[in-house]
Amino acid sequence: MELILEGILKAIALLVSLDPEVLGITSLSLKISGTATLISLFLGVSTGTVVALTRFPGRKLVVSLINTGMGLPPVVVGLFVTIFLWRNGPLGFLQILYTPGAIILAQAIIATPIISGISLAAMQNLPANLRLQILALGATRLQMTWLLIREARLPLLAAVMAGFGGIISEVGASIMVGGNIKGYSRVLTTATVMETGRGNFDVAIALSAILLLLAFLINYLLTRIQQRERPR
Amino acid sequence: MKLKKLATCFRYLGFFALLCLITGLATAPAAFAAEPEQKNIILATTTSTQDSGLLDALIPIFEKETGYFVKTIAVGSGQAMAMGEKGEADVLLVHSPAAEKKFMEAQNGINRRLVMHNDFVIVGPPADPAGIKGSKTSPEAFMKIANTGNLFLSRGDNSGTHSKEKGIWKAAGLNPEEQPSKWYQQTGQGMGQTLNVAAEKLGYTLTDRGTWLALQKNLGLPVLMEGDPILLNIYHVIDVNPAKWPKVNAPGARAFSDFMVSPATQSIIKTFGVDKYGSPLFFPDAGKKVEDLGK
Repeated sequence: MELILEGILKAIALLVSLDPEVLGITSLSLKISGTATLISLFLGVSTGTVVALTRFPGRKLVVSLINTGMGLPPVVVGLFVTIFLWRNGPLGFLQILYTPGAIILAQAIIATPIISGISLAAMQNLPANLRLQILALGATRLQMTWLLIREARLPLLAAVMAGFGGIISEVGASIMVGGNIKGYSRVLTTATVMETGRGNFDVAIALSAILLLLAFLINYLLTRIQQRERPR
Repeated sequence: MKLKKLATCFRYLGFFALLCLITGLATAPAAFAAEPEQKNIILATTTSTQDSGLLDALIPIFEKETGYFVKTIAVGSGQAMAMGEKGEADVLLVHSPAAEKKFMEAQNGINRRLVMHNDFVIVGPPADPAGIKGSKTSPEAFMKIANTGNLFLSRGDNSGTHSKEKGIWKAAGLNPEEQPSKWYQQTGQGMGQTLNVAAEKLGYTLTDRGTWLALQKNLGLPVLMEGDPILLNIYHVIDVNPAKWPKVNAPGARAFSDFMVSPATQSIIKTFGVDKYGSPLFFPDAGKKVEDLGK
């Protein structure tokens, strides 16, 4: 108990004193996972929408693949992204292994199926007649899609939260492709693992507390947006 | 009307996107832009040099002096050499002499130089239930642990420490992995983490002195066996062979290995940790011969 209290006090001390290293790690975590979520948002919502609104052969297989992807183990993603990004690997020319960019790539791969899967379910859950009604009122296909996305905004924001929550707290892929390099690719989760290994439990608890606080704040903000009553 | 609806659409869905844009996209190009190749050096090293804090003290000095950017990947010595074998690292700082010799024989590395040493120690619960205190040699101590069936935590990760441990078991004439009972456990993790597990489960383990000194305040695992010549822990720096892997940053690797054996760095190594732990964590050895160490 004492250790946890000490850790929380340390977290407050680190935050209040604006410790540059901790602030750097925190903002890097936010930037990396925010960017990855944004990329996944576009990829995921568009994939989910297309698969939900169209019928094509092999569609059931695609849906199963997306649903499987929702549980993609981050370490597996980390391993394959590492192998692809090696200097002598197929994507070695990009030279982004052990950079924040590599972490963004891995996290986007983890979050995209999560967001696709939830968007897909959300779009399919809309009443089927809504589409006909919108088209009958003279909307173009693009306008119809936008209206449907708007109609499904509650579950879509839930998708964003699930995706963001999944990757900001992820450690396996981040440590493999980012390398936990001090002041460069060290994020909250990888720093926590390292500080635990160093026996600095107070710092590890402090970093965890910051991570939890961050996850809460982001989700609180998104929930506020999601639950906002629209004037009719 | 339609325009208005579209606008609300954008507002709702775009809200989060905007949020991300502000925090993320503004900085994304910077994150994606890789620096010119020759600026980056990938240093594959063992967890002990990172967990003890030595690299945090040395690397900023090197970066300031030379303008290189060092990407330190702290893994076990075994994995570090595996990265070197594939040309995925530029320079190695490792402590697994037997494996290093094979690495050099296979032409994977050039310019292997002695940097420093400290020693391994056997730590365990203060009560010492296996009674290893007073053993003459470390194989004898290991035998006692095995015979009494007391818990022993192994790194199990092909690190330098793990290969040293395997060497001692071999000298004791025992293969712990073939033992039927559960007294021998492998964590598969770094030194710090393994020490934490040993402390929690009151087990014995083999550790480098540097990591143990850095962590001992929270551990409660005293040194029970030390000073045996077999326990010497020797660190070498190796440049990955650019003739084999043209993409390796050879000048950067050379600059780093030269830095590690330079008199200025060696004097920092000599005093590193004295203020915090009362004794140095590593002993500088540049230019010496391995045979002369520990004498």
